[in-house]
Amino acid sequence: MGITVQIKKALGDFKLDVEFQGESDRIGILGASGCGKSMTLKSIAGIENPDKGMISVNGKVFFDSSNSINVRPQKRNVGYLFQNYALFPTMTVCENIKAGIRGTKEEKRRRAQEMMDKFQIALFADRLPGELSGGQQQRTALARILAYEPDVILLDEPFSALDMFLKDRLQKEMTEMLEDYKGIVIMVSHSRDELYRFSEELLVMEDGHSVIYGGTKGIFENPVYQEAARLTGCKNIARIRRKDEYTVIISDWGIVLHMENEVPENVNYVGYRAHDFVPVWGERKKNTLKVDVDTMAEFPFERNYYLLPEGGAKGNGISICWFVQRELLSVLKEKGMPDYLEIKEDKLMFLR
Amino acid sequence: MDALREVLNNLDWSPLFISLKTGAVAALISFFLGIFAAGKVMKAPPGKKALLDGILTLPMVLPPTAAGFFLLLIFSRRRPFGIFLYETFHIKVVQSWLGCIIAAVVIAFPLMYRNARAAFEQVDVNLIYAGRTLGMSEAAIFWKVVIPGARPGIVSGTILTFARALGEYGATSMLAGNIPGRTGTISQKIAMVIQDGDYLGAGVWVGIVLIIAFAAICVMNLIADKKMRNAKRW
Repeated sequence: MGITVQIKKALGDFKLDVEFQGESDRIGILGASGCGKSMTLKSIAGIENPDKGMISVNGKVFFDSSNSINVRPQKRNVGYLFQNYALFPTMTVCENIKAGIRGTKEEKRRRAQEMMDKFQIALFADRLPGELSGGQQQRTALARILAYEPDVILLDEPFSALDMFLKDRLQKEMTEMLEDYKGIVIMVSHSRDELYRFSEELLVMEDGHSVIYGGTKGIFENPVYQEAARLTGCKNIARIRRKDEYTVIISDWGIVLHMENEVPENVNYVGYRAHDFVPVWGERKKNTLKVDVDTMAEFPFERNYYLLPEGGAKGNGISICWFVQRELLSVLKEKGMPDYLEIKEDKLMFLR
Repeated sequence: MDALREVLNNLDWSPLFISLKTGAVAALISFFLGIFAAGKVMKAPPGKKALLDGILTLPMVLPPTAAGFFLLLIFSRRRPFGIFLYETFHIKVVQSWLGCIIAAVVIAFPLMYRNARAAFEQVDVNLIYAGRTLGMSEAAIFWKVVIPGARPGIVSGTILTFARALGEYGATSMLAGNIPGRTGTISQKIAMVIQDGDYLGAGVWVGIVLIIAFAAICVMNLIADKKMRNAKRW
């Protein structure tokens, strides 16, 4: 059971080479735009064809180049939610929903009515998609997909074109609508927040290849690879040199860290999240960074400080991000700027 | 005024009917051929696409008399294909109404083809993908999604094709000739009358053709606009 994807495709200079095996029912694919995540999704749906490899869902083989199997998209029973919803503009809401229902006229009518009631769009049954609001369009598109009773639902950046307020509302709505759907749902996005909220398992992609696959929470805690760390929102990533089992040199930041636990051998980078620094006033402690503010950005509930690295590393163009949230902000107001920032060993991520 | 009344009273209306018939039939043929060709060319690989597109658009760019030359080369009864058509099927193209239609189709067809293709190409490809993932057959997608989506372009293509076929002169005069009552179209009538210096007679026909062309375009624009009420662009 679950989904297996293992595909290769060359498109000019771009090479797609993705591999993952999902066991959960809610899977996220995270990556920057143009990294091939949409193409992966389209390959699963069968509207793009990989050059070679294999795709199977719940034991049903969709594509297998070594056995020349390539099931037509019409026969894969996969629902695809496009970013612009791809509602048929010349058909009414009701006709759109009927488009994917199989059966007699009467069955189509009944099922369409059922879906429209469930998604609260029955009032708009005779309207054209162009006459609906964004939220109503999303509900229509989901109703159309769910009426089709697919084994898998693919969501292609469903929220990326929306403003922040609407995005939050529609995300909540979508989660509710998909709650009692029993099949697999795969969501593609460049937003780590969306995927953290939605997915149990996560595939991180960069530049056409899969970086890491695993439990979503686990990947955010320990991204293992520097690409994955960056995509999950880690602002501070630096190359390191491992001096011995307990010492690493971060020359880009001009500091040396002394660890309690042994430093893994096959690592080249460290990552440190911008919220995880601990301010220190007065005397310098172990594993600290001198505060030397380069620039600051102020937001309603947060301040972002960009610090210069220490000593000889100063002026190398690298800045270290320190994000200060509300509670800490009031402490800073009281005590002034800290002299040092402590790097906590348990928050430090060793990366390949 | 008396002169105009006399001209109108003694007018032989046959050019009007021949032109309307030719325009309508040519538009009908071009409609299906154009949509078919547009669908084929759109799916062709890039190199073949450019070549096919060039061949299909050529009649629009070429002087109509050059098209007439090629048509005569093919259909003349002194040439192999023309001889074959006449001897096996008794089909006469040169100096016949069939010639009028063929000339009009060849000249007007590119307008239909190009408009249909442009209209098909602006149909959001995601709609086609959506149709596929919803289990719709390719034929169903074409008729229920692509054609309705391309409707404005197809309607305007048909208008232009009809209007162009209605006024075709160069290729028609070479292939079909100007036989009064059979192949004598309005445009040929105007040319003939003006050669005699009869400005009044020519003017009457110019007026008639103006009214028809304008009416056709208005009527079809109204049809195209009806369904477009939701798509306010500005």
